[in-house]
Amino acid sequence: MIYHYPLFIRLWHLLNALFILVLIVTGISMYYSGQEQLISFATSVKLHNIGGIGLTLSYLIFFVGNMVTENGKHYKIKWKGLGSDILLQLRYYLCGYFRKGKTPFPVTGDRKFNPLQALSYLLAMYVGVPLLFLTGCILLFPEIIPGRIAGISGILLTDLLHVITGFLLSVFFLIHIYMCTLGARLGNNFRAILTGWQTIEKE
Amino acid sequence: MDKPLSKNFFLLYLSDPEFYLMAGFHCIKYIRFIRLIILLLLICPGMKGQQEQENIPLADYRKVSDFVDDNERCFTCHGESMYHFTDTSSDQLIERMMYHDKVIPREQFYRSNHKSFSCLDCHSDGNLVFPHPNEAHKYEYNTCLDCHGNGKHWARFKFEEIQEEYNLSIHNLKDPKGFSCWKCHNPHTYHISVRNTKNLSATIAYDNNICLSCHSGLNRKQAHDEHDSTNFTREHNWLPNQALHFRNVRCIDCHTQINDSILVAHLVLPKSQAVKHCRECHSKSSILAGTLYKFQSMKGKRDYGFFNAVIMNQSYVMGANRNYFLGTASLVLFGLVFTGIIVHIVFRIGNRNKG
Repeated sequence: MIYHYPLFIRLWHLLNALFILVLIVTGISMYYSGQEQLISFATSVKLHNIGGIGLTLSYLIFFVGNMVTENGKHYKIKWKGLGSDILLQLRYYLCGYFRKGKTPFPVTGDRKFNPLQALSYLLAMYVGVPLLFLTGCILLFPEIIPGRIAGISGILLTDLLHVITGFLLSVFFLIHIYMCTLGARLGNNFRAILTGWQTIEKE
Repeated sequence: MDKPLSKNFFLLYLSDPEFYLMAGFHCIKYIRFIRLIILLLLICPGMKGQQEQENIPLADYRKVSDFVDDNERCFTCHGESMYHFTDTSSDQLIERMMYHDKVIPREQFYRSNHKSFSCLDCHSDGNLVFPHPNEAHKYEYNTCLDCHGNGKHWARFKFEEIQEEYNLSIHNLKDPKGFSCWKCHNPHTYHISVRNTKNLSATIAYDNNICLSCHSGLNRKQAHDEHDSTNFTREHNWLPNQALHFRNVRCIDCHTQINDSILVAHLVLPKSQAVKHCRECHSKSSILAGTLYKFQSMKGKRDYGFFNAVIMNQSYVMGANRNYFLGTASLVLFGLVFTGIIVHIVFRIGNRNKG
């Protein structure tokens, strides 16, 4: 067992998951708004705003935490040989996993993420989420958006960027949850993010 | 072969530094004269332009009306905020302020729907006498239907149906004697804006100003007065992003009952029946498709099941405008991810059963 997830990471992760879930549900509700819907448009807007502000604040915990603790090192990627490492990991998920093969990048004290996880988390947390809350903050104050950007509605462009990022992060969210079930046992990874202790697979 | 003498002579001067010194000296010596010439060159065409500019409006108005000179008999007084007349008893020129409602700015008249009219088409020629005799007003101020009703030319606009809607509107019910079509459609200045608009924002501002000219109070200050019933910003406190909504939606889009058979709804509802639910606009079946964007929808720009494309680029209505390609791409992406996960789960279960 390795103590992999310090308290601030677990707290941030819990808040982040909660806010992302609220944002996905209310975001879809607003995008596919109709006369009859589970959550009304007005309620969706309010919850989406609260979720967005919450996500932004929780991101600050993550960002500052990664700056001042050692957790940030897991997001530093070794770009050399990354392509082949990712292919190796993908081959494991698609074939090796079913043949009871060994994971090519097992979790150790120094390595929390495999190369595929590291790249996807880096993109999600340092590109996707900032883009999402930046465009979201702008959409909170639509008066400040220029009426036209290169002949196209400024609100439309900002919203498209926001919606596309939102869709991609929703896909990430789905895959992330499923991949968490691929631990040594079904609930191992979920338990780890709640308690902080990660079970290491036996060699 | 030698170069011609004149050219050599010229080059000699140009290559001599003293030439430049002397030229500079002469320039400084006559600088006041040179400056005067430059000023005259700059000012004279400007003066000529100014003279032309003063005559431009009437010339421009003649392009849209055959009665510009005839109408000037009226506009001499009614086109200005001050008018003049000679007092016959004292023979003095007297200046008076024109009553605000009687002032018709020429530029607004010649931009209006009635721009090609002569004033005397609607007003009796008794008005050509000053002071206007009371009888002069007897046979004027026709109702809109006197001209716009019962004619083949106007049939497609259904003015009779508009009149019926107006009769049921809150404006007529509350003030049947004081209110008329002209309160909103001033026959001297009103021009149709939404039908062929290329600038929807300007159209919305124009149409909303008609409502606000009454509903923002007698003066703009009342719009922000806590105790005034015409405080429209307070009345719309419930509306998020007020300024954005006021800029992008017409008052009538929420305050009238939609009628599919006429182009612009005229049944203005009591405020208790106005649109107040977000979903009425922010949804796939947005009412804006039948109001503000009716003309674009009728023109067949309602592509891919949503009224996006051109309209989406004019004003983005969240929930109502959906990008067809983005919607399809996201569904395909989600479908692929779900399929991938399900296939992986099936293999996992199959593998476990084998083991």
